[in-house]
Amino acid sequence: MEDTRTLRFFNRGPSAVARLVFFSVLSLALLFVDAKYNYLESARQVIAVIIYPLQRLTAIPGEVWNGAGEYITLQRHLVAENEQLHLQHDADAALLNQMQSLQAENAQLRELLDVTRRADYTMQMAQIAYVERDIFKRKLFIDKGENTNVKAGQAVVDNGGVVGQVTRVYPLLSEVTLVTDKDIAVPIQVVRNGIRAVVFGSGNISELELRYQPVNADIEVGDVLVTSGMDGTYPPALPVAQVIKVERDPAYPFARIVCAPLAGVDRHRTLLIVSSVPPLPEPPAAEVEVDDAKRMKKIVKRSKP
Amino acid sequence: MRQDLVRDREFLLPATTTFIVLSFFIAVLLEWMPWRGWMLALRPDFVGLVLLYWCTHKPHRVGIGIAWVLGIFVDVADASLFGQHALAYSVLAFGGLVLNRRVQMFNLREQSVHVFALLLTSYSVYAIVHWQVRGFVAWEYFLGVVTSSLLWIPLTHLLQALRRPRRDPNEL
Repeated sequence: MEDTRTLRFFNRGPSAVARLVFFSVLSLALLFVDAKYNYLESARQVIAVIIYPLQRLTAIPGEVWNGAGEYITLQRHLVAENEQLHLQHDADAALLNQMQSLQAENAQLRELLDVTRRADYTMQMAQIAYVERDIFKRKLFIDKGENTNVKAGQAVVDNGGVVGQVTRVYPLLSEVTLVTDKDIAVPIQVVRNGIRAVVFGSGNISELELRYQPVNADIEVGDVLVTSGMDGTYPPALPVAQVIKVERDPAYPFARIVCAPLAGVDRHRTLLIVSSVPPLPEPPAAEVEVDDAKRMKKIVKRSKP
Repeated sequence: MRQDLVRDREFLLPATTTFIVLSFFIAVLLEWMPWRGWMLALRPDFVGLVLLYWCTHKPHRVGIGIAWVLGIFVDVADASLFGQHALAYSVLAFGGLVLNRRVQMFNLREQSVHVFALLLTSYSVYAIVHWQVRGFVAWEYFLGVVTSSLLWIPLTHLLQALRRPRRDPNEL
């Protein structure tokens, strides 16, 4: 039989189409595994450590720019700023005294009522290493990782309120997903009247959504939302957002409530990681509920005829 | 005719491996700069552009394999899903390899149109994967295609100028 293969003068390995198919299948397999399971986290961590110095390198121009700006600040500005800080400090000190006495009073009252005390939590300071470069996601990286015992799931706050949550921990870095990310939900409470709800990120850097509130819900523009602490992730009473728009259209079952985050989600360089939030008491086993449900059904059945 | 010869010579300029690696290195660094807000939406895809440049100019040196490895690194740095950038860059490199003969026949302005189409495909692959996994697409993401293809002409000029050998001072 005649050899019908095409004559090839140069050996260049497999054709471009074959390569494309091979690498596409490889990528799709990786995508599938990464989206469904967590097998690839260690590989990710190894590569993250390799490229860490490069990423710090790219942040240098910005840091130098900021540093130069600070260096050139006039003394006049510094004096003015110092004076303002002193005033602020005096005002804060007065408030702090008041708060200490209130706290003592609160503790005493709680003891009288036999309610468990509000537990304290510790904070760990971290600097933003760099912000996410992907337009689809609202994430940033901070310079504390496994080396300082950061754990995935811890809340991240700044002086204004909740910034987000640690979602992935690398040896030297951690990834923080901002509250404005589409995948994040924070259980909150309205300060004015104590309504509990859940606020969702909208994917837009300056907006949050308060979903599933009935049209007649008592929520007004200007209401401040704080964490309720019901999930065991966020400590209670941290400010999250302020309502900026309420649309009540009776044609829809729920009101459309838009909030603005109170934390400087894209302003600061220094953030605080909330660690050691006390664990919530174990929820009762789920089986009991099932039993209850069965019993209820039986009762219903019995009462039917 | 003369112009054609000049253009052919431009395409056959030598490129050392160090130069190729360095160009990718700088492209990755540019991509990792702290871009924000609208700048992030308008940020050109530097890695994709440099990759396309080498795929059209040196198709035997830079191919789909290198594109895939670059994509994996970008995936880790961007905390996107493993393989998301890798897939998009593989498709881009394939487009560059297939069109490399064809692209050489056009001048730079006409090349940008080809680059626009190729980048649009690659961006769409990325967006489709994101849409399948997360369920939404940010449309302003596609602005990057426009800025990237506008950057094609200056980038090609720059890389060609760097690859051209230094003129010998003793020559005539």
